[in-house]
Amino acid sequence: MLATAHRAVTTASTLTDSAGKIGQVIAVVAVFLAIVLLIFLAAGRATGRIQRPLTITVFLGPAIILLLVGLVIPAVRTFILSLHGASPKNAPYVGLANYRWAFTDGAEQQVLLNTLLWLIVAPVLATAIGLLIAVGVDRMKSQAVVKSLIFMPMAVSFVGASIIWKFVYDYRDPSEPQSGLLSQIVIALGWNHPPNWISSHPLNNFLLMVIMIWVETGFAMVILSAAIKAIPDDVIEAARVDGAYGFRLFRSVQIPMIRSTLVVVLTTVMIATLKIFDIVRTVTGGNFGTNTLSNDMYSKTFVEFNYGRGAALAVIIFVAVVPLLVYNIVQLRKERATR
Amino acid sequence: MSATIEVEATPVVRRGGKAEIRRAFSSRLASFAIILLTILWTIPTFGLLVTSVRPGSDVSKSGWWTIFEHPHFTWDNYHQVLFVGGFGVTGGIIPYLVNSLAITIPATLFSLVFAAMAAYCLAWVKFRGSDVVFFVIFALQVIPLQLSLVPLLRLFNDGAHIGGVPIFPDLNLGGTLYQVWIPHTMFAMPLAIFLLHNFIAQLPRDLMEAARVDGANHFRIFRTIVLPLITPALASFAIFEFLWVWNDLLVALTFGGGSPKALPITGRLAQLVGQYGSRWQLLTAGAFVAMIIPLIVFFALQRYFVRGLLAGSVKG
Repeated sequence: MLATAHRAVTTASTLTDSAGKIGQVIAVVAVFLAIVLLIFLAAGRATGRIQRPLTITVFLGPAIILLLVGLVIPAVRTFILSLHGASPKNAPYVGLANYRWAFTDGAEQQVLLNTLLWLIVAPVLATAIGLLIAVGVDRMKSQAVVKSLIFMPMAVSFVGASIIWKFVYDYRDPSEPQSGLLSQIVIALGWNHPPNWISSHPLNNFLLMVIMIWVETGFAMVILSAAIKAIPDDVIEAARVDGAYGFRLFRSVQIPMIRSTLVVVLTTVMIATLKIFDIVRTVTGGNFGTNTLSNDMYSKTFVEFNYGRGAALAVIIFVAVVPLLVYNIVQLRKERATR
Repeated sequence: MSATIEVEATPVVRRGGKAEIRRAFSSRLASFAIILLTILWTIPTFGLLVTSVRPGSDVSKSGWWTIFEHPHFTWDNYHQVLFVGGFGVTGGIIPYLVNSLAITIPATLFSLVFAAMAAYCLAWVKFRGSDVVFFVIFALQVIPLQLSLVPLLRLFNDGAHIGGVPIFPDLNLGGTLYQVWIPHTMFAMPLAIFLLHNFIAQLPRDLMEAARVDGANHFRIFRTIVLPLITPALASFAIFEFLWVWNDLLVALTFGGGSPKALPITGRLAQLVGQYGSRWQLLTAGAFVAMIIPLIVFFALQRYFVRGLLAGSVKG
């Protein structure tokens, strides 16, 4: 009785809380738009010499402030943090000790090795499968259905995807009825004692990568499919007249024509992989030898409160991202120029 | 003469015929492979969906694929996950679902408005150094989120001081929605400005000049000419940003973590994985609840989303 009443009260209070929050959001959105409009109207009345500087300030000012406060200054401060000790305030200067630790500590070397494996396996497979589907689906009648289904994981959060796959990898004692699809399949195939997938190192790393591939293949497929469709028809026709069909057409005409798009897709997935956090966090929490840089950076900072080491790991992610992104952008420009 | 032609012609025909067969075969094989792959891609999600409507007692005793032999469905899991909690979990996930909406909508709107304004300024209000500013903003995409999390969190929690003099007040934002909106808006800026700039810069010059001649100032041009014209680009980016913010976990945990007041559903799900453990019927129901809104947005507006992706999509 009492428990039911209590539950009813908490339900009611969370509901009013939620209603209040929605109200708050509507109010904030309305006030925000009203302020922007008011500033526009007021600043629009300015004339003479202040008109131009005022225009530039109003249009560009908010973005510049957001970028400075949100990205530039924090990035510089993280660099400085990475040269200091563990505590967030008044930590002593330690030089490159945090970086030395990152590259020499045994557990950290495992983290770096895992990240490197992720960086190679997941993007290459996602791009390759995405390419195969993009080429194959081009002639199919049920194109839209196939594409939507392959693309669907992109809409699901990495957390959602992780739960989906954690369930596939679920382990039960082989004597009991299975709940995990993977165990059920291998038992049906005759492997009677499947391992506990999630804790089997180093296999578990690849099982986690499957989740990333599952999500990113759709992305690769969509971009590559657009690139293949953009190849002029007369090029394909000319190749067909020359006798290039099927695999030969694919290898010697389609692939070279979409080369820069392939690189863009590959590097984009690589950058996403470098920063992957959600999958590792949700499925293993970085245990069983599956830790990666981004998850470790979070753990070092917000679980162990070792700000210096966390910052050093963040800087390592940054240093790894820069060349990939620069290459990505160069290729992207090349691709735009050829279209 | 005719013999040579015949000799030449026969193999061509034969080769063509063989290629024809091989082509038909390979295209059928390829279609089959792709359908197989599509099924493979969909099965895990299907398993999640099926499990979320099976009674808990069934889930602990058998795999979801047995549902075809013993169909038995229930909505109890959804009721429990949404409103009740249970198994040491207090309360349902409804408040977190509301948090997700309350975080995503303003964060998307703020970044769109500020980015569109900045992009317009950089494209049409040329000033000395505007190209440099654009390039620097573009280049800021190289900064990964991870690099700015800690200092930004400390700025929000402690304010900023130089020699004891506060230059940035302690806003006391800890655990509120503001603390999640603002970082999302900040992190969206470089990509949003870049994409919208590409679009805005391509608007016809004549149109802008005609409006200037008519005496319209930039504020008026932006509101009455630019905004309506760039609606498709805004829609693409809005969907992109909506999905990105809704599905984000890192920013959510860092800036909204610890407080149910500002923790979105992704963050809650990550907690529930530990708390519900192997009660898969509840976990799968929770995961589906978190997925349903982005899935609706995605399938309803897929075309815009794809267009946004094609425009370039390095983010975070």
